[in-house]
Amino acid sequence: MTPSRVAFAAILAKDLRSELRTLQSLPAMALFAVTTFVVFRFGLDRTSLSGSLASGVLWATLLFAAVLGINRLFVAEREEGGFDAIRLAPIDRSVLFAAKAAALLIYLLALELVAVPIFALFFLDSVEGLAPLLAVLLLADLGLAATGTLISSMAVNSRARDLLVPLVLLPLVVPLMIAATGATEPLLALGGPGYERFGTWLMVLGLYDLIFGLVGYAVFDFLLED
Amino acid sequence: MSSDRPPPGELALRLAGLRRDYGERTALDGVGLELAAGESLVVLGPNGAGKTTLLRVLATLLRPSGGEAVVLGCSLPGEAWKLRGRIGYLGHEPLLYRDLSGRENLGFHARLHGIGGAAAAARIAELLAAAGMERRADERVDELSAGMRQRLAICRCVLHEPELLLLDEPDSNLDAEGRELARGLIGPGGGRTRVVVTHDPDRHLPEADQVLRLGIGEAAAVS
Repeated sequence: MTPSRVAFAAILAKDLRSELRTLQSLPAMALFAVTTFVVFRFGLDRTSLSGSLASGVLWATLLFAAVLGINRLFVAEREEGGFDAIRLAPIDRSVLFAAKAAALLIYLLALELVAVPIFALFFLDSVEGLAPLLAVLLLADLGLAATGTLISSMAVNSRARDLLVPLVLLPLVVPLMIAATGATEPLLALGGPGYERFGTWLMVLGLYDLIFGLVGYAVFDFLLED
Repeated sequence: MSSDRPPPGELALRLAGLRRDYGERTALDGVGLELAAGESLVVLGPNGAGKTTLLRVLATLLRPSGGEAVVLGCSLPGEAWKLRGRIGYLGHEPLLYRDLSGRENLGFHARLHGIGGAAAAARIAELLAAAGMERRADERVDELSAGMRQRLAICRCVLHEPELLLLDEPDSNLDAEGRELARGLIGPGGGRTRVVVTHDPDRHLPEADQVLRLGIGEAAAVS
């Protein structure tokens, strides 16, 4: 058997190289997020947001932008025979799950590198809450990467892939979004960040990451079976 | 790379009553044969007779619905995991990523098979030269012709020096020069066992040790 770390690095490097060369996912995700912020800015007719409204606008936008990347995560594997290549290689197939989730995590972090500063520019009076927000973003991204990878691998062989991913994914990430918005709301409160129940929400996010990370790793081998 | 190739004379394939269904449709039924290590089996039959299905079952990409299949001493589907890395599969899809170059694709497959560093670079250079692809190796696959992709797919298929080659129409899209170069890489000899699906019996029958004829709704015949 090829060591898992070698296979993981090979698949992740292949995905990142391919994305950097073709720019099929990241620009679309970033453009979607920026456009949505513009729509919110004019739709709400507000130049400043705080608390639950700010938190909701940020997370709804990031989630729907993430769906664009999740939809495309396994397209190359399906269209170019990558699933067969993985199944023929002497590797633990769960490595594909881990590498794809890592690639999606990197896409989400890159998306946020663009989207969060623009969100702050459009809607926030103070950027004090952004530093602790990094922990929320990272934990929520981990959960989204695990769940998104799992759902994308299940949907990729369906002709209705573009419909299936949001239909199955969105209900599954409701707990994640509740925790993420719950943790973000006091950070973006009017008058400066607060930390009430911040630790609790972070623990909920961590628990979600753990559960869906383990579920994905455990079932992925079966999903690749004939 | 594999080093435990079965000695000549040992059975590489033993099939008995092999069946594969897709839902209610039976694609493959009652296939039985024994093939010794190092021998070549040529599979003939009309479209829809189950030739590709047979190859995919032997490659462990499809589970058999019934019967017995022992490949390189491993019983399918239970011991399929032991076969990974010992089979070279050339199917209808080249299993190459279109956005990567030929060399990058081969490097990726080499790493999946545990071949890295200088050994991988040397093996890839050797295969590209043998396939007449050195000058086009750094172009993206989607910029190559179908014949060039087939040459790269053949390189991918033998990259890890498999014991068993499963070849589905290996001459597809190849010109005369390409077919000669391919013969050097996937032709008979070298102790490798080969199963070749073809619609070109004139070319492949002379090198066959056994021939399997599959028909639609007929029993498979071995000669």
